[in-house]
Amino acid sequence: MRITCPLCGDRDIREFSYRGAATDMDRPTADAGAEAWDDFVHNRENPAGPTRDLWYHEGGCSAWLVVDRNTISHEITATTLASKIKGAAK
Amino acid sequence: MRYSALKVLTQGLTGNKGWTPHWRDPEPKDEYDIVIIGGGGHGLSAAYYLAKNHGLTNIAVLEKGYIGGGNVGRNTTIVRANYFLPGNSEFYSHSLKLWEGLEADLNYNVMHSQRGLINLFHSDGQRDAFARRGNAMINQGDDAVLLDREGVRKHLPYLDFDNVRFPVYGGLLHPRGGSARHDAVAWGYARGADTRGVDLLQNCEVTGIDSKNGKVTGVQTTRGVIRAQKVAIVTAGRSGQVAAMAGMRLPVESHVLQAFVTEGLKPCIDHVVSFGMGHFYISQSDKGGLVFGGDLDFYASYAQRGNLPMKEHVMEAAMTLMPMIGKARVLRSWGGIMDMTPDGSPIIDKTHIDGLFIDCGWCYGGFKAVPASGYAYAHLIATGQPHETADKFRLDRFRTGHGLMDEEGTGSQHNLH
Repeated sequence: MRITCPLCGDRDIREFSYRGAATDMDRPTADAGAEAWDDFVHNRENPAGPTRDLWYHEGGCSAWLVVDRNTISHEITATTLASKIKGAAK
Repeated sequence: MRYSALKVLTQGLTGNKGWTPHWRDPEPKDEYDIVIIGGGGHGLSAAYYLAKNHGLTNIAVLEKGYIGGGNVGRNTTIVRANYFLPGNSEFYSHSLKLWEGLEADLNYNVMHSQRGLINLFHSDGQRDAFARRGNAMINQGDDAVLLDREGVRKHLPYLDFDNVRFPVYGGLLHPRGGSARHDAVAWGYARGADTRGVDLLQNCEVTGIDSKNGKVTGVQTTRGVIRAQKVAIVTAGRSGQVAAMAGMRLPVESHVLQAFVTEGLKPCIDHVVSFGMGHFYISQSDKGGLVFGGDLDFYASYAQRGNLPMKEHVMEAAMTLMPMIGKARVLRSWGGIMDMTPDGSPIIDKTHIDGLFIDCGWCYGGFKAVPASGYAYAHLIATGQPHETADKFRLDRFRTGHGLMDEEGTGSQHNLH
């Protein structure tokens, strides 16, 4: 697997560390309640097919990336700066 | 189908034409008392113990592929009871005892071989941690021997004891640890369940779980609708998809774990050797292949194959630990899909739907748990109460924070196990 970092270009997967499903992009508010936080911290869609992951470009530009990836084929269809998605939501 | 020396002899002399299948290939009935989703090791052993311990036989095991074709055929066959935490400790201890009686119980040769497992350590701090773990194992009633460097050398003379980064300080020997033949375990439990009347339905994929007024009523499958009083999910890496059919989101993320086998060699590795600092473990199969593996690829995957960086990492760890392995040639590699929980420990519990049960979250340790998981799951399904060896495997422990079993001590979070 290779990931195309929007800032650094096409890079080996070893430069990146994996955070998990991109749930952090939709973090509950502090007063959302225990159930919402439990769901956010622990429960996962865990899809077999298209998914959205968060990767950290540890060995490169230190950017957090949202990666659209297929968990069956390992194909990567899009890579976006997390800050860009987070910024657009505001 | 039963075997005897006489039968092998007479079949050998008459062209081996009299062997019959191990189990029936029945048509699905419209209704069963219990439907088990997943014909892997855990599902088959659950069916077996439901029949044997609880006298329940109106059961179907639904397998989307073929018996032995899932994770039970894609692992590295290690059997051990060297857990530390209450909850895990008594469960795996029970499982090892079941393993020790399994061949007699099933009348089937699962090639269970208690060749001893050695966990290596490489620092004073690690020695203390292993001494503590060994004491916990002995307190649980299992066996552990703390070996110093020379003690390890007697067992494993081929290691690089003076490796600059990871000099061998010693090891924790678990004499009753070892391995077994994975396919035979599936076949033995399948035959045992089938002869007691359980229907094993292969090529039967579940596509929906039906419930009414909060009570489960049956399943939709590729071979038609099957009604059931109770439905038991036990689908390992695919738990998320099956649970979603019942409207559940699980604390599970599925990851790929790779393993490797070399060409057949003469006996050279007599134990199971675990090199935790290098994320590497190895044993030698009875066919002679060196079977070894490492850590997860560390990204969610259902691909049943991994990427090259982890292969390289595992090979480097192998060369670090035992340079002689450089002479061996890798025959093939494969990946299994692991249902990873945040704390690295499993779940055997009821669900929010009456009559629907779930057994999942075995992470990368499901094989050794096959007997005790099925045993405990059968008890839960039959009686509605958790078995005493598995009553800590609660689904709600993540929500409440009570009873988390983080064996590695790295934190209860998805990307840490």
